Amino acid sequence: MKRAFRIPGFSIGFVLAFTFAAAAVLSYFWTPFTVDGVDIVNKLHTPDATNWFGTDQFGRDIFSMIMIGARTSIAVAIVAVGIGVLLGVPLGLAAAARKGALLDEVIMRGNDLIFAFPALLIAILITAVFGPSAVNAIIAIGIFNIPVFARLSRGGALSLWTRDFVLAARVAGKSRLRISFEHILPNITNLLIVQGTIQFSLGILAEAALSYIGLGAQPPIPSWGRMLADSQTMVSFAPHLALFPGLAIVLTVLGLNLMGDALRDLFDPKLRRGRR
Amino acid sequence: MKRILIGASLLAMLATGAMAANTSITIGDQLEPPHLDPTAGAAGAIDNVVYINIYEGLTEFASDGSVIPALAESWDISEDGLTYTFHLHSGVKFHDGSDLTASDVVWSLNRARAEDSVNAQKGLFANIADVSAPDDTTVVVTLTTPTGNFLFNMAWGDAVILNEGDDVEALKTHPNGTGPFVFQNWVQGDSITMTRNPNYWGEPAKLETVTIKYISDPTAAFNAVMAGDVDAFPTFPAPENLPQFDADPRFTVIVGSTEGETILSTNNKMPPFDNPKVREALAHAIDRQAIIDGAMFGYGTPIGTHMAPHNPAYVDLTGLSNYDPELAKKLLAEAGFPDGFTTTLKLPPPSYARRGGEIIAAELRAVGIETEVTNLEWSQWLEEVFKGKDYGLTIVSHTEPMDIGIYANPDYYFQYDNPAFQGLMEQLNLTTDPTKRAAILGAAQTMIAEDHVNGYLFELAKTGVANAKIHGLWANAPTQGANLAEVYWED
Repeated sequence: MKRAFRIPGFSIGFVLAFTFAAAAVLSYFWTPFTVDGVDIVNKLHTPDATNWFGTDQFGRDIFSMIMIGARTSIAVAIVAVGIGVLLGVPLGLAAAARKGALLDEVIMRGNDLIFAFPALLIAILITAVFGPSAVNAIIAIGIFNIPVFARLSRGGALSLWTRDFVLAARVAGKSRLRISFEHILPNITNLLIVQGTIQFSLGILAEAALSYIGLGAQPPIPSWGRMLADSQTMVSFAPHLALFPGLAIVLTVLGLNLMGDALRDLFDPKLRRGRR
Repeated sequence: MKRILIGASLLAMLATGAMAANTSITIGDQLEPPHLDPTAGAAGAIDNVVYINIYEGLTEFASDGSVIPALAESWDISEDGLTYTFHLHSGVKFHDGSDLTASDVVWSLNRARAEDSVNAQKGLFANIADVSAPDDTTVVVTLTTPTGNFLFNMAWGDAVILNEGDDVEALKTHPNGTGPFVFQNWVQGDSITMTRNPNYWGEPAKLETVTIKYISDPTAAFNAVMAGDVDAFPTFPAPENLPQFDADPRFTVIVGSTEGETILSTNNKMPPFDNPKVREALAHAIDRQAIIDGAMFGYGTPIGTHMAPHNPAYVDLTGLSNYDPELAKKLLAEAGFPDGFTTTLKLPPPSYARRGGEIIAAELRAVGIETEVTNLEWSQWLEEVFKGKDYGLTIVSHTEPMDIGIYANPDYYFQYDNPAFQGLMEQLNLTTDPTKRAAILGAAQTMIAEDHVNGYLFELAKTGVANAKIHGLWANAPTQGANLAEVYWED
């Protein structure tokens, strides 16, 4: 961990991501204003000492909405990555353990099938069929994380299966299942952490995109994507409406990507050697 | 010298260019029509193109909503109010060159009132017993009962006159009417073009060419007007942008009235809304002015019942449902919901519904009513809410003129079933005397307001924007569609 902070990208990314995560957690206990009511008299205030980021078209405090919106974004991304890891990793490990067998073929071709569809298009399809909601957005984004993690863990596992310590474990009579979880999984954790960070940022981006077209979290739950969509016709006279949710998305995604890149540099022995 | 000559010719070219532009106009609209036969579809977008411009009726609406002669230059009404004798203009030609005769009128009206009629407003023709043509310019319409608003009914876009024997399927893409403009071209998904009718029987149109361009996205509409790609946008979708147009000397903002009663439609058969106390609580929980200011940026007139405020028969009943959240809470408690309840709020796409919905949801939450908000596209809304009646609350603007009669239909999507009201409507249909009609309409308005059938929010304003040099656009929307023949560019 200490080594990670020596990479400047990681520190910057960590600070950015941590800020938004902290804002999300804090919003459960405190926000400057409540946002479930409207206050038309105070609509479209520009940023000032009271409303740090100004107010929106209904007079709600944008700073508070960004804090709660962080919650929505992060929750969707965490669960979506969780779905990918919990379903994708076992599938990938199983495919690697039975390399070349029917099981491997079925799993990997199934993954290809999901990969073949443009992710956002299927997300739109799912939300159009089952109705727009945060839960359906999570499922839609989560499904596309499955093949990502399945392929990654299969690839990582395949190179490990040829190693001597795995051979030793097999000679000792351990089952493929136990080898996968006791010897393979711990050795691909680094890969998973790197990919998880990147998928996390993609999840936030996907949630914002779905909300933007009205298929994510429904009002009155604040969501960065919908805040952007709602402000679209007002950008020309109230730019702060679009500026702050836009910055929130950019900075969070940037932070997570910087962290992901730094971690990959750190964990990948080839890159590390190259730097020295 | 040469340079001056070039300059002069350039100027001349510019001048002719400007003059050419002065006889054509590009008008923006949000929704593209499904087809172009106003007698076979309910979509307002059809009338926006063809009404008065391409097709005309026996009578038509003027911009102030009054009914004026059109194809019929005059008419006689019998003493008993049962026989209408229309005298048609002579020398009227359809765009394909054939003459308008009384038999075209007979054919058009009979087609509209037939058993298998595809007309979206069959009710307009329900009282017709017989239509006949004693000679080429006379049409006699016999009614079953005196119908006070028969001339009004004949002015609707659904009652326009078609050429007898035309292939009605072909008319859907190539309309053939008698109006001041001739249909030219329809580029699906983009625009419709019409040109001046040189053989028009009345005052010819001032413009040479009218192009109606379809832009559904409010941001794109804003940019198109700002860039001059469209010269006018008679119903501009984003009221928040109007102050910017107003401040810009290149544009004029045209604010007028519509027939759109915007209401919080309530499913009267779905518990707990079958309880009048709950509906009354709902009515007092809503702050109309906040919705007008928040959703429409101030454009709109508060209403307390289902009637346009500019209608002479309008009664101001907003006092029956004044904003009083404490009273709303008390009423909810009396109705057996001291802790409120949860219901659905399904919202169609227009901003009055989407933004108004967020405000109403917040106001209802303040008195303890939780709403699950769902945003729907129009097709989904028609399917789930309008046809399926699967909703608790929804917000929609009823833009048909004088449509209080929908409350007499117990199968209408808000399912208000009150025999007393249905009796009033029957009585109204039999009354021709304007004073008596106004009295009945007043009683009807009061009845639905006291029953709090729906939450009455505001009368939709018609907010348009146009190049400041354009004159003659209709400010008001007395019906769907507008006459473009009087539109011209200032020199």
